[in-house]
Amino acid sequence: MYKLSLFIVAIAMFTSCGKKEKDTEDFSTGSATTEADAGDSSYDPNRGLGKHTSIDLGDKLDVAMAAEGEKIQAVKCSACHKLTDEKLVGPGWKGVTERQKPEWIMNFITNPDPMIDKDPELQAQLEICLVRMPNQSLTDADARNILEYMRQNDGVK
Amino acid sequence: MNNQFIKAGLAIVLVAAFFSSCKPKNSGDVVSGDAAQKAYVAPGKYDEFYNFVSGGFSGQVSVYGLPSGRLLRVIPVFSADPQSGYGYNEETKPMLNTSHGFIPWDDQHHTELSQTNGQVDGRWLFANANNTPRIARVDLKTFTTKEIIELPNSAGNHSSPFITENTEYVVAGTRFSVPPDNVNGDVPINTYKENFKGYLSFVKVGKAGEMDIAFQIEAPGVNFDLSHAGKGKSHGWFFFSCYNTEQANTLLEVNASQKDKDFIMAVNWKKAEEYVKAGKAKKVTTKYAHNIYDEKTHTAKSEIRTEVLVLSAKELKDICYMIPCPKSPHGCDVDPTGEYIVGSGKLAALIPVFSFDKMQNAIKNKQFDGEYDGIPVIKYEAALHGEVQKPGLGPLHTEFDGKGNAYTTFFVSSEVVKWDIKSLKVLDRVPTYYSVGHLCIPGGDSRKPFGKYLIAYNKITKDRYLPTGPELAQSAQIFDISGDKMQLILDFPTIGEPHYAQAAPADLIRNNGQLKFYKIEENNHPFVTKGEKESKVVRSGNRVDVYMTSIRSHFAPDNIEGIKVGDEVYFHVTNLEQDWDVPHGFAIKGADNGELLIMPGETSTLKWLPKKVGIVPFYCTDFCSALHQEMQGYVRVSPAGSNVPLTFSLGTNVPATK
Repeated sequence: MYKLSLFIVAIAMFTSCGKKEKDTEDFSTGSATTEADAGDSSYDPNRGLGKHTSIDLGDKLDVAMAAEGEKIQAVKCSACHKLTDEKLVGPGWKGVTERQKPEWIMNFITNPDPMIDKDPELQAQLEICLVRMPNQSLTDADARNILEYMRQNDGVK
Repeated sequence: MNNQFIKAGLAIVLVAAFFSSCKPKNSGDVVSGDAAQKAYVAPGKYDEFYNFVSGGFSGQVSVYGLPSGRLLRVIPVFSADPQSGYGYNEETKPMLNTSHGFIPWDDQHHTELSQTNGQVDGRWLFANANNTPRIARVDLKTFTTKEIIELPNSAGNHSSPFITENTEYVVAGTRFSVPPDNVNGDVPINTYKENFKGYLSFVKVGKAGEMDIAFQIEAPGVNFDLSHAGKGKSHGWFFFSCYNTEQANTLLEVNASQKDKDFIMAVNWKKAEEYVKAGKAKKVTTKYAHNIYDEKTHTAKSEIRTEVLVLSAKELKDICYMIPCPKSPHGCDVDPTGEYIVGSGKLAALIPVFSFDKMQNAIKNKQFDGEYDGIPVIKYEAALHGEVQKPGLGPLHTEFDGKGNAYTTFFVSSEVVKWDIKSLKVLDRVPTYYSVGHLCIPGGDSRKPFGKYLIAYNKITKDRYLPTGPELAQSAQIFDISGDKMQLILDFPTIGEPHYAQAAPADLIRNNGQLKFYKIEENNHPFVTKGEKESKVVRSGNRVDVYMTSIRSHFAPDNIEGIKVGDEVYFHVTNLEQDWDVPHGFAIKGADNGELLIMPGETSTLKWLPKKVGIVPFYCTDFCSALHQEMQGYVRVSPAGSNVPLTFSLGTNVPATK
């Protein structure tokens, strides 16, 4: 009996000091997240990736919007894009509104990083330019004005 | 006989059980099994706390993550920083201006997070400069120094930058008493007792954080060491420890250790405010710098001010009271309830704990023991709550966990001791490696400590890390204090010498509206270049201003000709990027200062004095893109008096000139 009780004490010693702290302690209150939609295979190469689903373009150019777009372009875009079809850091703008849907353009310039990861054309472009287009923090209105300026550049009147 | 044998056998089993399950606690191995798990933060995961650690003689503030001990950032505050351009570029040089001119270094001892209702609020961090007395304010949205104010009539600003519970004031003190600025200081040093004074500064903090010296208190010439504000019931009071009440001016090691007791000086700052309002403060002529960095112009301005308001502690009898405190008190810490004031006599073998209520009664009932230089001295016993007996040797600093416990560091016996504030009983002790100075518990000097971890900042590391020659790193050690016993979980080396530190929950800072980049639209720098079309080079006499832009991966312009030896060239580089984490650097061969490191949307200026004729390259120093190595340009420097015209270009070769 005596022997047994001591034995129990010994076992207790073994187990008590070796007790594991609960491993549910998650020190992280969050980690970096990306804006990309996680792994969907339903990427629409016409629309691109982002919140713009449908852009109504007028038949005619909105001159005021295009003028606003030109101002923004001078600060945030012109360092890398020419208005001709000549490549600088990125491709020239000539003809972009004929090659791409307005939704695609709006999504790309407001949400570049996730779209570069998904879009086959942008992937191909990246192999040529080797520079990912930076997020220039455009508001939706900025982006729409730039689109209008691109249309003007492509001859819309 | 048989029974004896069994007993012996079982005893061996028991001993074996002890050894195998609990590791022996000797100095080399006190880390228990799950320490790594507790300190481990997986790659890509965030830490639980930000830890703002004073950089000591580096002059900067370092930011670590807890519990991982990962270094997140070093914030340039009081020392010039060539890697960021702080103190080297034209915009931030004024930040380091003082009444003594430009000072590129200081000794940074204590950090204090702003508070609202006695709780850490995540807006600003204050930092003190000990050598040339100053207080800095760091904005925690940008982790940059936004303001520095110099303190006149002071020397050795050690008891700083502690704050009141709504950040009404941030205080400063005088460790090395000196004759004040407005009298002739050309006096024999041995006239300390007549001529030397200790000034305390109360710096008002405005809604946007802006600092302004509201008033100073002229106090006796002693060494003011540390301080903490009252809180809760004791809000309205401030407590400063002081030593060298012997007023020695030589061999302080011996001569300032003569008396059995020095003092904690209790300051009724609300009363002081009333006296200022009532016009009892003297206007005193002096000179001090006040430097503010404007986020919209990306430029600091330095202003020299010439007047402060001074209250005399001696004349106004009821703003200051001396509480005797054993043996050269160092730390002066107030518990979360505001009732208990802990004095740590660094040469004492006990810790006195004073009661705010008893102190108030003592003042009301005039339980005084004479005066010290005109200031009433409260009877020791009348203010005393009790003493912690035999806690260890050389108590320095105390922080609190909000559960009724205090944790005090002991430099001489190299340990942290946990004790119960009310009963004054010692509950636990752990060794530190070696000779701990300050300690930090997140929110540990506020009304609402966050607890969980305790970090000890050690003065000596000796054999703790791989040797690195005569100079060794200082260290911090993290203890888990969530249980009854403190558990060492990690130690890590630090920059400079860490003194005091504070910590705040990660969410409080990272959700405070962290700035990711400066909006180019809001950039009001006088030399901003908003777009490459506006880039240009302008000469005015021998001054040349280069309006330059940077974007992945080129500068505009990148070819400049017509610069002459003897010119003073200013490169104002605007980073056109509008995305997080895309700084560009700018360095030019032979520049005798530093580089520029320009955040997205920011404009920064490097002054360059071309001294030699030839072609001088400049380039981006921060690997910004796949074509970063292409991000470069050339300046052609011609002899003084040359007629090479000033031209600049990007992407086109300028026709050759004859």
